[in-house]
Amino acid sequence: MKDISYHILDIARNSLNAGANLIEISITEHNDTGELILQIRDNGYGMTEDMLKRITDPFFTTSSTKKVGLGLPLLKQNAELTGGCLRIESERNRGTLVTALFHQFHIDMIPEGDLAMTFRSLISSNPESDFLYRHRADEGEFILDTAEIRRELEGISLNAREVLDYITDYIRENLKALKIKEM
Amino acid sequence: MTKIKNLADLRELKDKLQSKTKLRDKSESPDQLVQIKVAMATCCIASGSRETMNYIVDELDKRNIDAVVTQTGCMGYCYAEPTVEVIVPGKEPIVFGYVDAKRADEIIEKYIKGGMLVEGIIPVNYKKIDQ
Repeated sequence: MKDISYHILDIARNSLNAGANLIEISITEHNDTGELILQIRDNGYGMTEDMLKRITDPFFTTSSTKKVGLGLPLLKQNAELTGGCLRIESERNRGTLVTALFHQFHIDMIPEGDLAMTFRSLISSNPESDFLYRHRADEGEFILDTAEIRRELEGISLNAREVLDYITDYIRENLKALKIKEM
Repeated sequence: MTKIKNLADLRELKDKLQSKTKLRDKSESPDQLVQIKVAMATCCIASGSRETMNYIVDELDKRNIDAVVTQTGCMGYCYAEPTVEVIVPGKEPIVFGYVDAKRADEIIEKYIKGGMLVEGIIPVNYKKIDQ
């Protein structure tokens, strides 16, 4: 995976496959220490303790079409390469929380990538699910809450192109305000 | 410093959208629409399926083609990512491999609009003669 935005898309797809309809994604950046904390929380089926133990094993998967499951192992690898770590907590029928810690000053740190494009593609193909995206940095924070947008738009589908454009611009402009380099 | 934007101008967007007649609920009759499923698992994402999907969504809208674009899991053709399954109403589903923006454009123009087959088909949906 080239950057964090792809990891988010990948892990959020796991959540959707686990039946989640609310996915909370947060990125917190500390300029002084260079720490970046990525959290993805869902309200999906969750995992059994046994699954949880094997989940970062690249040869463990619940899929029937392939023999590998690389999403979480790759995220773990990218976090650990910067001196960070990955933690996964899960409770059956409650949901899963994935937390990755990165050290941004490390030479092996991956870029944050095109976060707006990740949310655009998630929302456009899952307009019924809700995404709560919160990005915090020293300059401030912003929140994208699709539940709020849905309420305001009263019945207009979130995957209308104008809405997707609006959301994309909203994320882009706010990342710029937070002085976050996407690429 | 650029100011952090809030969702204040959403109402404006809503009024604009409601006055447009083309917006209707696509979920009501999905069988009548072209269905496109973009594989979006780890292998697919690493090969650029996010870009392929966003391209397809934008282009279908620009070219006024009614379609439902969804994401799906890994179909097992990791060697040929990004893969896209296209279901044109009344036809058998077809899986295309190596779908970058250029090939996505061909699929929209030639296959969806023109009914012609294009390169990159993964032959998975064949049937035996005696079936």
